[in-house]
Amino acid sequence: MTFDASGRLPEAFLTPGGSSFMDFLAGHAPDLLPGRRSLGSADFSADVPHGTTIVAATFPGGVVMAGDRRATMGNIIAQRDIEKVFPADEYSAVAFAGSAGFGIEMVRLFQVELEHYEKLEGTTLSLDGKANRLSALIRGNLAMAMQGLAVVPLFAGYDEDLQGGRIFSYDPTGGRYEETHFHSVGSGSLFARGALKKLYREDLSATDCVTVAIQSLIDAADDDSATGGPDMLRRIFPVVGVVTADGYLRLPEDEVADIVDRVWAERHLRPDGPASATLT
Amino acid sequence: MSVPFYVSPEQLMRDRADFARKGIAKGRSAIALQYADGILFVAENRSPALHKVAEIYDRMAFAAVGRYNEFENLRIAGVRLADMRGYSYDRRDVTGRALANAYAQTLGAIFSSGGEKPLEVEILVAEIGTSTAEDQIYRLTYDGSIADVRGYAVMGGPAEQVADYIGEHYQEGISLAGALRLAVDALGHDSNEVRELTPDQIEVAVLDRTRTQVRKFKRISEETLGRILSESSPDTTPTESSADKPEETDESAEAAGDTPVAPGGDDDVPVAPPEEPGGDDRPL
Repeated sequence: MTFDASGRLPEAFLTPGGSSFMDFLAGHAPDLLPGRRSLGSADFSADVPHGTTIVAATFPGGVVMAGDRRATMGNIIAQRDIEKVFPADEYSAVAFAGSAGFGIEMVRLFQVELEHYEKLEGTTLSLDGKANRLSALIRGNLAMAMQGLAVVPLFAGYDEDLQGGRIFSYDPTGGRYEETHFHSVGSGSLFARGALKKLYREDLSATDCVTVAIQSLIDAADDDSATGGPDMLRRIFPVVGVVTADGYLRLPEDEVADIVDRVWAERHLRPDGPASATLT
Repeated sequence: MSVPFYVSPEQLMRDRADFARKGIAKGRSAIALQYADGILFVAENRSPALHKVAEIYDRMAFAAVGRYNEFENLRIAGVRLADMRGYSYDRRDVTGRALANAYAQTLGAIFSSGGEKPLEVEILVAEIGTSTAEDQIYRLTYDGSIADVRGYAVMGGPAEQVADYIGEHYQEGISLAGALRLAVDALGHDSNEVRELTPDQIEVAVLDRTRTQVRKFKRISEETLGRILSESSPDTTPTESSADKPEETDESAEAAGDTPVAPGGDDDVPVAPPEEPGGDDRPL
């Protein structure tokens, strides 16, 4: 980043250009972009913290996104209260699995990207537009993904045109896929997705949808060593974001605790969680 | 062999200042006013798309008068600076003081350089703190001079008359509805005749301390504005000092062709629509 010694705004700031903060950085301060750094040829996959499991599910009028709190570094638990679910802007949420350092940096950049556009243009991007910007961001990280530092985000938001929640998943090359009803990413995602498949219904209330998301995270933690379950001793519970027409809301800690406590009590009776019917 | 004209530096600066001042005075006024819960911005602006007031960052806003293309460019530069600082440091490290400084240096450098024409703009950078005492309003003029304002600030158009009106009626700790009524009345008292401005003629935004979001800037819609204004009655008494109208300083023998706006045209349109020839030049 360079500032003019005289204190005058540098020429680049006054040059007419696009409304993308990423594009502005690429031209003016490329060192601030995560994908522009040279790493040599080492494989970093086991040496840096990795975030694990994220789930998202829609309900009539909105979408829920939840993430466990664990970051692992090889076989070590690097952090037990990491946060991986964030508001992207007022009407969308973004979460990541994979390399935690780059994931957090990517989320910050994505948040600024959306806000920057909003301020310059005086209007917000469409939900698809936001999802595409995130694609571009991941694509810039491709070289690092190949060296074991992949970040796989999950993006969800409230679509004002459709008046409902939508979920987008990504692959490390920037491919963007819209998911129906629910999705999960990260190391425990296979187990979480299985649980979601059995518990999810289209007519869930917001609270029930959060409960289903928490159930699926507990199932993921049950079978995946890298996913952290609710920490009952330290009272560390999943981060849950709910996006509706009223905007993004991070569910207050005590509300999440209530749901977790109820689920936990039931699991004492049946450790594998609620059973689903064999037919219907 | 021709001898180049000698122009004294004083004369040169005076000419440039007159040039900028004239351009700014041709537009309509914009007001920033401290009220109990933040800072209110009211600008006479009939365009719903071309804004004179805008968000810069969490607690900061920008208001400007003069040439739209020039202050829009400054606004974008401000947003870029703020976002870049916030991204490379932290959101709390983006301050109004730093931005006002950057603007002052930029305006000053352009004003005193021979190559560029002075910008015909006047801008405000406002930042709210945790209480009224910590609010900051910086007023910057075309030559880069900067003033730290308390209470209220008016710029553009017949700014002095509007400011006089506010000065007579302003009280510290005024409510939002009160501040809004005062500002709208003040804009109407900008000439001998008292005008009553309707919601579609003004642009209103606030930096509201009580907002729960991190970003405190909010535009007030025409609808909300109409509702608030309908709860109080406008002041229709003309100002007494209307006889001694402030005269424009026009000592510099400036040719009519040098004025920054196209002569003639409808004065009521703050930004002329593109189809009107020369309309792009009209200051906001």
